[in-house]
Amino acid sequence: MDWVVFLIASAAALGCACGVILSRNPVHSAMMLVGTLFSIAVLFVAQAAHFLAAVQVMVYAGAIVVMFLFVIMLLGIDVEETLSDSLVRQKPLALALGAVTAVEAVLLTRMNWTVGTPSIQGPIGGPDGNAREMAEVLFTKYVWAFELTAVLLVIGIVGAVVLVRRRPTEVSE
Amino acid sequence: MSVDGSWYLIVAALLFSIGLVGLLIRRNTLVMFMCIELMLNAVNLTFVTFARMLDDVGGQVIVFFTMVVAAAEVVVGLGIIVSIFRRRETATADDLSVLKG
Repeated sequence: MDWVVFLIASAAALGCACGVILSRNPVHSAMMLVGTLFSIAVLFVAQAAHFLAAVQVMVYAGAIVVMFLFVIMLLGIDVEETLSDSLVRQKPLALALGAVTAVEAVLLTRMNWTVGTPSIQGPIGGPDGNAREMAEVLFTKYVWAFELTAVLLVIGIVGAVVLVRRRPTEVSE
Repeated sequence: MSVDGSWYLIVAALLFSIGLVGLLIRRNTLVMFMCIELMLNAVNLTFVTFARMLDDVGGQVIVFFTMVVAAAEVVVGLGIIVSIFRRRETATADDLSVLKG
């Protein structure tokens, strides 16, 4: 049963990922990205990360992809892309580099890693539920990182406003 | 939990490579951005896999932070794309070649 879920979800994730990079239309790419993110959420559930799966569907597949679609529609660039190469041999080189990366990364997963001992608290996904487990660590051990993400989000918002704001001189022209 | 963690790592590695190839072959800046999201998600999958393999929920917390960083990155990146489009009327990476030597 685990294998069935794993095979279906990973095949869907890889297929949709290929769809993202192969569709001519950016809107189709965004739709394929939703498929990939959802399949990854299924893989999260299969590994007892239930809270992250919910966040993945809501934040990624919901908010972020909708923002992509919004910008695509706003700018009106949902046109087919010309696939003429302006750089010589860019595509073959890109494919070769991607193949090398894939082989290297897969080889890395086959190696024997020197990792620390497994945590003493037992397998994750205990009776308390995943959200509670994560929250206990998030608000104790990682509380400073958590506060810093709040700062980061504020910086992001201010940055976006400064980037997109029209200067008063531009408006008056 | 019969599926060994290394199979998840292989899927994540392939996803990362697909995202890398897409980033290199696509011209549309928005699609390039989506490929970056793809690569981020591949790394998130490895974090969750290692969290399960090492029985440490810290790996899942890191994924939580990665999602926040990704959201902030998308906000700023789309802001840059919109402001470039407003000035240059293009969203294709090949047309943004002013810095070319």
